[in-house]
Amino acid sequence: MEAFTTHTGRAVPLRRSNVDTDQIIPAHWLKKVTRDGFEDGLFEAWRKDPSFILNQPERKGATVLVAGPDFGTGSSREHAVWALQNFGFKAVISSRFADIFRGNSLKNGLLTVIVEQKIVDALQELTEKDATAEVTVDLEAREVRAAGITAAFELDENARWRLLNGLDDISITLQNEADIAAYEAKRPSYKPRTLQS
Amino acid sequence: MGRTLAEKVWDDHVVRRAEGEPDLLFIDLHLLHEVTSPQAFDGLRKSGRQVRRLDLTIATEDHNTPTLDIDKPIADPVSRIQLETLRKNCADFGVRLHPLGDVEQGVVHVVGPQLGLTQPGMTVVCGDSHTSTHGAFGGLAFGIGTSQVEHVLATQTLPLVRPKTMAITVDGELPDGVTAKDLILAIIARIGTGGGQGYVLEYRGSAIEKLSMEARMTICNMSIEAGARAGMIAPDQTTFDYLEGRPHAPKGEDWDAAVAYWKTLKTDEDAEFDAEVVIKADELAPFVTWGTNPGQGAPLSADVPDPASYEDASERLAAEKALEYMGLEAGQPLRSIKVDTVFVGSCTNGRIEDLRAAAELVKGRKVADGVRMLVVPGSARVGLQAVSEGLDVVFKEAGAEWRHAGCSMCLGMNPDQLAPGERSASTSNRNFEGRQGKGGRTHLVSPQVAAATAVLGHLASPADLSDAPVAAGV
Ligand code: SF4
Repeated sequence: MEAFTTHTGRAVPLRRSNVDTDQIIPAHWLKKVTRDGFEDGLFEAWRKDPSFILNQPERKGATVLVAGPDFGTGSSREHAVWALQNFGFKAVISSRFADIFRGNSLKNGLLTVIVEQKIVDALQELTEKDATAEVTVDLEAREVRAAGITAAFELDENARWRLLNGLDDISITLQNEADIAAYEAKRPSYKPRTLQS
Repeated sequence: MGRTLAEKVWDDHVVRRAEGEPDLLFIDLHLLHEVTSPQAFDGLRKSGRQVRRLDLTIATEDHNTPTLDIDKPIADPVSRIQLETLRKNCADFGVRLHPLGDVEQGVVHVVGPQLGLTQPGMTVVCGDSHTSTHGAFGGLAFGIGTSQVEHVLATQTLPLVRPKTMAITVDGELPDGVTAKDLILAIIARIGTGGGQGYVLEYRGSAIEKLSMEARMTICNMSIEAGARAGMIAPDQTTFDYLEGRPHAPKGEDWDAAVAYWKTLKTDEDAEFDAEVVIKADELAPFVTWGTNPGQGAPLSADVPDPASYEDASERLAAEKALEYMGLEAGQPLRSIKVDTVFVGSCTNGRIEDLRAAAELVKGRKVADGVRMLVVPGSARVGLQAVSEGLDVVFKEAGAEWRHAGCSMCLGMNPDQLAPGERSASTSNRNFEGRQGKGGRTHLVSPQVAAATAVLGHLASPADLSDAPVAAGV
């Protein structure tokens, strides 16, 4: 995973609430067996509409998505995160994310930033008026900044540390091999097994 | 202070706890299917890792599998590749797999419980949000993303932050014709699709205690639609009776030891929940959704709501968009909505009890002209059981299509899909835009409402069927 310290880029204001993962990446895209090549599936149904914001030429190359509340609800598909990343997004800002989506995003180094709705509104207004306006997501300072807007955001220390250092969860866990083995040794015998020994 | 059920199960699985870190939890059962696992196996290969506990891992094929002509090669090349990839991965790593055609194949959340692999007090994960289903046995069961699938394959653990707990207390008795599905739809409409976020829900109260395991699974299944990653119900005699004698249930002394432990899995009297919702079962009625998220539902006797009646601006906008997508008018009675498709199946309502309930209502009646009714057992075993009870014949005689097990029309990944503009009454769990096929319109219903709707051609409750009497002599 790539380390994330701070990122500055142009933004796409997405004025929709409850954007579910079926909208982010429709089910028929889930048949791919790789982690890349999902960019064309991102918001596929909405992108058929030429007036959809992501289709606007001035939004090309934007890297920050400013979304309505309850972003990423629904299915656990990590493809939603890959699609956003494949498209070029580095961060998503919303007042509320679905739990699984948020977990998936942080595991893949897509920073999901939670700020109050009034900050989301302000960012959307700013970037709607001015497509060239830049938004900075500063993970070191835990701050979102844009012209006239500065807002702190919360992220637990552990997740932040992993993101800042680009650490892979599995290697961290495997450092605790002895704990896992000790736990396994005391599991009760009545727990089911899928393979008969 | 006492602990809640969720806290007890959590504590029993902590492998490592350290200040400022998420807890490292041991995972008792890892279920795999073809959609969310390929990239995880790929990751293992790249880093030269193995599956740590093959004996706690099991795979089946469900999302992409066709429900007709299952002995023929799969027509869609992309679906085929995904299934072939799972088969190769399971063979390479040694994972037990139940492929299409196998007697234990089926929707992953139907297969685990029916094999007796899902038991009280366990941690169960799967790369699928409806893993919450397994919480019906009194374990912690939740959906995970593909990176976490890889993590569990490699370490049999997951680093997790302890969620908050919410009690959903349902007292009283469900009126006749009102099912677990109606109850959970009503709960979601009450707390909203984000209401359970950050919580594990514990369903409790006298109405829950009276439910069968199948009905409990229907409820826990849809916890995720209220935003909660997990839902659970304390195990009791109903749970033990369901499990006893199943292939992977403990036997002999192990059974006694297990039951003794399972009996401790109850929220203590003095435990505190972080939030609580109380629902009166007696006030509930058959419930259907009119919109494009599972929280947009109402009793069947109601009218399609007027978006203008919502105070919250984003809810109003969501309702407007939903009505436009669904092709509905505010104020139109829900009962006047005509459907062209009825789907009975999925991990929400594809178990034997669901099929029996639907069969009982269509028996001797006919599916309305112009309506196609698909009945899809949740697993091959459920299918066999239904056939042994003659339910397939009942459905076929009524004019419904009897299919092979799989996710089928729950989601548009296999050949069973709605065409643009088509409208369904569906016993599945998601009515998102395009969920059942591009442009398809979905109303979530119980199996009973699905059956009545199939016969009458418009959204209807079992009670409405008195106008469509069973044919004489049948
Ligand atoms: S039946 Fe539907 S909800 Fe259940 S696992 Fe299959 S696709 Fe998911």
